[in-house]
Amino acid sequence: MDKEITFIIKRCKDPNATSYWEEFKVPYFSKMNVVSALMEIQKNPVNARGEVTTPVAWDCNCLEEVCGACTMLINGKVRQSCSALIDKLEQPIRLAPLTKFPLVRDLVVDRQVMFANLSKVSAWIEIDGTHDMGPGPKIPQKVQELAYELSKCMTCGSCMEACPNVNSNSKFIGPAAIAQVDLINSHPTGALQKEKRLLALMGEGGIADCGNAQNCEKVCPKEIPLTRSIAKLNRATTLQGIFGWLGK
Amino acid sequence: MDGKVIVIGGGLAGLMATIKLAEGGQKVDLFSLVPCKRSHSVCAQGGINAAVNTKGEGDSTWEHFDDTIYGGDFLANQPPVKAMIEAAPSIIYLMDRMGVTFNRTPEGFIDVRRLGGAKYSRTVFAGATTGQQLIYALDEQVRRFEAQGLVKRFEEWEFLSLVLDDEGRCRGITVQDLKSLEIEVFPADAVILATGGPGMIFGRSTNSTINTGNAAAIAYMQGATFANGEFIQIHPSAIPGRDKLRLMSESIRGDGGRVWVYKDGKPWYFLEEWYPAYGNMVPRDIATRAIFKVCVDMKLGVDGENKVYLDISHLDPHEIDRKLAGVVDIYEKFVGDDPRKVPMQTFPAVHYSMGGLWVDYNQMTSIPGLFAAGECEYQYHGANRLGGNSLVAALYAGMVAGPKAIEYTASLTRSHAELPLELYESAKKETQAKNAALFDMQGTENPYRLHEELGEWMVDNVTIVRENDRLKATDEKIQELMERYKNIGVGSGEAWGNQIVPFTRRLWGMMTLARVITLGAMLRNESRGGHYKPEFPERDDENWLKTTRADYSPSGPRFSYEPVDISSIKPRKRRYDVAKEGSKQNG
Ligand SMILES: Cc1cc2nc3c(=O)[nH]c(=O)nc-3n(C[C@H](O)[C@H](O)[C@H](O)COP(=O)(O)OP(=O)(O)OC[C@H]3O[C@@H](n4cnc5c(N)ncnc54)[C@H](O)[C@@H]3O)c2cc1C
Ligand code: SF4
Ligand code: FES
Repeated sequence: MDKEITFIIKRCKDPNATSYWEEFKVPYFSKMNVVSALMEIQKNPVNARGEVTTPVAWDCNCLEEVCGACTMLINGKVRQSCSALIDKLEQPIRLAPLTKFPLVRDLVVDRQVMFANLSKVSAWIEIDGTHDMGPGPKIPQKVQELAYELSKCMTCGSCMEACPNVNSNSKFIGPAAIAQVDLINSHPTGALQKEKRLLALMGEGGIADCGNAQNCEKVCPKEIPLTRSIAKLNRATTLQGIFGWLGK
Repeated sequence: MDGKVIVIGGGLAGLMATIKLAEGGQKVDLFSLVPCKRSHSVCAQGGINAAVNTKGEGDSTWEHFDDTIYGGDFLANQPPVKAMIEAAPSIIYLMDRMGVTFNRTPEGFIDVRRLGGAKYSRTVFAGATTGQQLIYALDEQVRRFEAQGLVKRFEEWEFLSLVLDDEGRCRGITVQDLKSLEIEVFPADAVILATGGPGMIFGRSTNSTINTGNAAAIAYMQGATFANGEFIQIHPSAIPGRDKLRLMSESIRGDGGRVWVYKDGKPWYFLEEWYPAYGNMVPRDIATRAIFKVCVDMKLGVDGENKVYLDISHLDPHEIDRKLAGVVDIYEKFVGDDPRKVPMQTFPAVHYSMGGLWVDYNQMTSIPGLFAAGECEYQYHGANRLGGNSLVAALYAGMVAGPKAIEYTASLTRSHAELPLELYESAKKETQAKNAALFDMQGTENPYRLHEELGEWMVDNVTIVRENDRLKATDEKIQELMERYKNIGVGSGEAWGNQIVPFTRRLWGMMTLARVITLGAMLRNESRGGHYKPEFPERDDENWLKTTRADYSPSGPRFSYEPVDISSIKPRKRRYDVAKEGSKQNG
């Protein structure tokens, strides 16, 4: 028996056009995921009514949930389409683009704001130069393990999508960038410039805009302890605010 | 300095080159198909090699050098490999200073693990996402230079052609904004190509979907020599999938994973039996061919299919979580079984291209002013790459290419600003015309299906076992596909966010390089590293200790060969059933 999977996909040809839903039927195969279904549509761009249509545009790259590119709404939930197995999804399957970022086309959105936010908080370590100066500081296993949890962020934007305080009326920098401040500030060398990052988080759209909804942590595919980082930096920015440059 | 250098590619090689350029005060325009942080380098799981000797096993840069040359079956020019290996420890320390979350020993030093083809633990790693951690650290350093106004970033822009001046020097590029699909031209005094590997030529592989190799193909079609194209690495273990063959990192074997199938009702650890000295830790080409033999020739694959067990169920679950969590996660996520309890099932997959653009020891291609670094060039791995050596090669090549590009621009008598504007205008017009021609394609062939067909032919005939008649048939097939290409239909002509037109363009590059790979393999009548021909099962140094050079012509690649620099280590037979005899370090 040839099983078919029904997809209802939100389409839009450019940011000024009106969007519409289009239905597709894709033959089922074992271990099928959403990305491979979209690939089938590329190879045969015909909708459920049998009309030839344009292939659906979407972003993907690594196909193993480490680049963050393929994030979209699948049955209303934000997640990566490469790791979304059909067998585990309710059907018909609805695909829609993220709503908190400017739309490009179909399922493609522009997440440049997330990278810009990393610039805002200087999410880097100020090394003196790339010349050879031997290894960095020794780091205890425990500290590395905690840092590693944060460093798995793949800038997918799921946390931004789920956060009620990230929206078109707000400048909120969002959970991911805050967690990256936590990561860099906990590094012995990164800590040398930690005030600069704290000050950035105290500015407009900074950590004070967090409404503590805690949705971010629930949707993060990398299980990053976002609320822990936010709480930690809330304290740090408060102290920074009270004691200024002398604060610890 | 008014000069401008362009870097194409924001993987490890491109980002490192950018940092070196900016640090040298050089202004850089950086282009990437995807946001740099989503480049293919994020996929690297196993780790990065350097003889840091943390475990006190007596490792040294000489041992690492010898393993690399030996593992590469003596096809690599030795001086640049030696320089890279010697720089490797300092590269690790640099990345450490940038805050990469490398795993630690109990004393707080950087921890190391063992990968295939090595007798020592020399692979440094950050959980199972080493590549991602490296790229994030570099990308943030680039952001720092961006904040200082030295780097301008163009993400989601695609390189389409080189601008060559009347002396044949590379003087800039034309590019396409992948949102509007508009074409632009960018002048420069030198260009560094760091555009990664070409795995997509094989349809499905362990590579990311953007790894079409088209950027290298463009340079090749404009006159850059392509070297050793026939050397494609097939990784022994990946999870078969329709969309991708997902890599199961070599670190699994490094950390105690065992490969087996049932024979006469009992587990048979064939690698351990055939290669007692290295066991499961033989290099990739050896493991891949053994698995192929067991599955295809002996028909002993799991459930009669082309699969073997890759087993870690005997290992301590806590150790698995500490060292292999990321890789195990991938398996659980995409297969649904828990490898801590049930042996994984895997099969070899196309993984890496040892071949790439020919470069000199300064990373310059055969086109003056065009440099190449990373997987898109051929220099560091010979006929087979050791696990963990690619990340270090990409970083090192970037470190060389940046300063060498500055040196080169300083030596120019005219800067790009003194060149006639006409040069750039006509380049832009030409690219625009080609782009318009793509939009005009309204035939009946579907480019994605043509790509699938190309991939099937390449996998069936140009991977683990290669036979001349089948290689010939494959080349004929590719030419047929190139004919059918002309009948592609790209559908409605809306430009905004269009993905089918850029894909169609890349497909031509893939087909062009597919011929270089296939014909290069056909001509090389020997077996060496990743290239294996049952008709010629032995390595033949007398006739084939040579680098393959392919030059473009419209009717197909023209091949020539050049000698390999073996000045440090004399070739010796490569075998893994007994321990490697050390080469002597001669003065
Ligand atoms: C699954 C997997 C695991 C691996 N694990 C390891 C490992 O553990 N250790 C190891 O040493 N090696 C590993 N490798 C190999 C290694 O990851 C790659 O060889 C290496 O990351 C390549 O780096 P790169 O900088 O050359 O290219 P990439 O990281 O591929 O970057 C290429 C860049 O070029 C850009 N680009 C490409 N074409 C264009 C164009 N036309 N216009 C503009 N930009 C363009 C892309 O956007 C991208 O930014 C692994 C490979 C795979 C597939
Ligand atoms: S914190 Fe998690 S959800 Fe947010 S961008 Fe990073 S990986 Fe995605
Ligand atoms: S394609 Fe990279 S996360 Fe899905």
